[in-house]
Amino acid sequence: MLESNQHSIFQTINAASPIDKVGVEERVARFQTRSIKDDAKAQGLKMVLSMIDLTTLEGKDTPGKVKQMCFKAHHLHDLHPNLPQVAAVCVYPSMVAIAKQALKGTSVKIASVATAFPSGQSNLEIKLADVKLAVDSGADEIDMVISRGKFLSGEYNFVFDEIAMIKEACGVARLKVILETGELCTLDNVRKASDIAMYAGADFIKTSTGKIQPAATMQVTYTMLLAIKDYFEATGKMIGMKPAGGISTSKLALHNLVMVNEILGPNWLHNKWFRFGASSLANDVLMQLLKLESGSYQSPNYFTLD
Amino acid sequence: MENKKNTSKDHQWLYSPSLESTSHIEIKDKYELFINNEWIAPTSNKYFDTINPADEKVLSKIAWANAQDVDKAVKAARKAYDEVWSKISAGDRSKYIFRLARMMQEKARELAVIETLDAGKPIRESRDIDVPLACNHFFYYAGWADKLDYAFPNQKTESLGVVGQIIPWNFPLMMAAWKIAPALVAGNTVVLKPAETTSLTALKLAEIIKEAGIPPGVINIITGHGDTGEALVKHPDINKIAFTGSTQVGKAIQKALVGTGKRSTLELGGKSANIIFDDAPIDQAVEGIVNGIFFNQGHVCCAGSRLYVQENIAEKLVEKLKQRMKSLILGNPLDKNTDIGAINSKEQLQTIEKYIQIGIQEGSEIFQCEGALPANGFYCKPTIFTNVSQSSVLSQEEIFGPVLTIQTFRTIDEVIQKANNSPYGLAAGVWTDKGSKIFNLTSKLKAGVVWANTYNKFDPASPFGGYKESGFGREGGMHGLGAYLKIIK
Repeated sequence: MLESNQHSIFQTINAASPIDKVGVEERVARFQTRSIKDDAKAQGLKMVLSMIDLTTLEGKDTPGKVKQMCFKAHHLHDLHPNLPQVAAVCVYPSMVAIAKQALKGTSVKIASVATAFPSGQSNLEIKLADVKLAVDSGADEIDMVISRGKFLSGEYNFVFDEIAMIKEACGVARLKVILETGELCTLDNVRKASDIAMYAGADFIKTSTGKIQPAATMQVTYTMLLAIKDYFEATGKMIGMKPAGGISTSKLALHNLVMVNEILGPNWLHNKWFRFGASSLANDVLMQLLKLESGSYQSPNYFTLD
Repeated sequence: MENKKNTSKDHQWLYSPSLESTSHIEIKDKYELFINNEWIAPTSNKYFDTINPADEKVLSKIAWANAQDVDKAVKAARKAYDEVWSKISAGDRSKYIFRLARMMQEKARELAVIETLDAGKPIRESRDIDVPLACNHFFYYAGWADKLDYAFPNQKTESLGVVGQIIPWNFPLMMAAWKIAPALVAGNTVVLKPAETTSLTALKLAEIIKEAGIPPGVINIITGHGDTGEALVKHPDINKIAFTGSTQVGKAIQKALVGTGKRSTLELGGKSANIIFDDAPIDQAVEGIVNGIFFNQGHVCCAGSRLYVQENIAEKLVEKLKQRMKSLILGNPLDKNTDIGAINSKEQLQTIEKYIQIGIQEGSEIFQCEGALPANGFYCKPTIFTNVSQSSVLSQEEIFGPVLTIQTFRTIDEVIQKANNSPYGLAAGVWTDKGSKIFNLTSKLKAGVVWANTYNKFDPASPFGGYKESGFGREGGMHGLGAYLKIIK
């Protein structure tokens, strides 16, 4: 990145207007009054399913656990025809090869967290090596974390350069940049981190690791969607959005899609541009979809827990 | 865009119709006058239709009161004042009003649906704003009845007597609540006249009043047109007139009251300035602009209808506003997803359309939301005009519809001057991230209400009213009590 170019990028980033939290809360509440029924609900729920990054990110993850989750990714509910499969599975780098094997022959993508996830507290060499491990093992997408400590101490150039270098290391893999908004605390910070990530080369921006609360609140997602819109208006380049952590019900997922629909428009209503990072959302969506057709809820025992 | 069934094109996601049910509401075929807690046929024997502006279908027939009927209502109110309401304890007045508030709340859904049917406003607004605020107004004022000595310390207060109240069609139930609650709490009795296009929720309120056991004659509701209101204003045994409506009618009322000793409060028109500085939270300001002018189809006396944008951000802001307008859903007011409902009446629609033509003729640049309007009913697309001057008709006269004029400014002094350069002075909005700028402006803007980084926020505890030709007297809060009391030092 040329220094003068980066200078002008930072001018753009700093020119972002301030954010009024009260106003954001009001706007978000308004999205939640949208009433999604009938055909629109069925279509919305299927979209949600197709946008899920089925996730397991635990110290106790094992090949057995990952293989079973991968099977679920393309067999969500075989008793019911015409259901989409999820967009991707999301695992640690050490599990990518196992997921790759398990998903052979399917179009489910493999996303891997990297860069000393979830804290990001390591040096660049180790972060790059982490990315290389995931990419070499066959990851299609890399979910990196930004250095929040550096961000909060005002070292925006550091954060920017780190993202740019990791983007380079990704090669053809798409890069999702996790801001960990729960640690950034203010919506103004969320906006600034979003701008830095996009201008540094992110393909997606993502709210959270799921390890910190609050995670993907609608206020935060709304702020990031507006940042994506402004970036698109300025550069013509589409950036994806991934709220992750805390979205476990169909209703909340649909309200998130309502925001995407009304802020970014229908072009973003595709798993190429919008994802949900979630582990328990899929079953709730399946339950609601089947309820729409049969008119009554089925026992949770009919939905598999992988 | 109109609500349509989902056509499921590739990525399109259109919301399916989500209509609020009307099965639980009851609208009678014909409504009489509500006097002394009884339904009395008008001596005129005349009735007029009230229609649903969303489809032009007749909802009911409404009694048209003449001077004789008005006299009956005033006599009932006087008797109730002399014999009951001025005699009972403040605590008992409070209990009656709390009961009314609770019963309104229990029937909130029915009131909301009827309001939407009769007025054309989106169900989201009547459900989430109009009806809850109306209930809250009663709840808030009920608590004041036995605390008037604390509201006006070291002074003695006395009720006025019989109060005549004339309310507009833009917030029918809410305006009834704003008028009735403080009057009753202060110890007065009431004759209320709703607007002719929107009588139904007031009549529904009359049913609740009867059911709540409010003593007969304390609240009388008489329906009719302008002549009914005129008879009320001119009735010799009225102690006060409270009016909300147009400045034109307000002036006529003031003329009629000169020398009669009757008190008055008038809440009239507006052409309120909404001011956006370059350091404002832009995206939230866009929401504030939309809320300021398109809330209730712009039928809001304090609508932020004159937008002033600092010139260095004007282009960006207008572009964002246009984009935002594209996601507004116009259509059946009963649909829970409708943002923009129907214009209240054919006459009002014609007025708005006349102004839109004036704007085009003046050479201002028009932008409207896309999509077709419903075949029946009175609808107007949300409209903004750019390249408007201070001297354009469009930026001077109250339109009372979803039409925004946009002007630019360079300096803070310029915008204060322009904002105050209007015969009206009801409200204003200021958008900036800088606190000191807000305080600087709020002290210099000649407007009864100044909102900072928000718009169209109402609360029963907060007084509302105008400067200049926007009227005088305050409604809401402690100030609203004073308007219904004689204060003796």
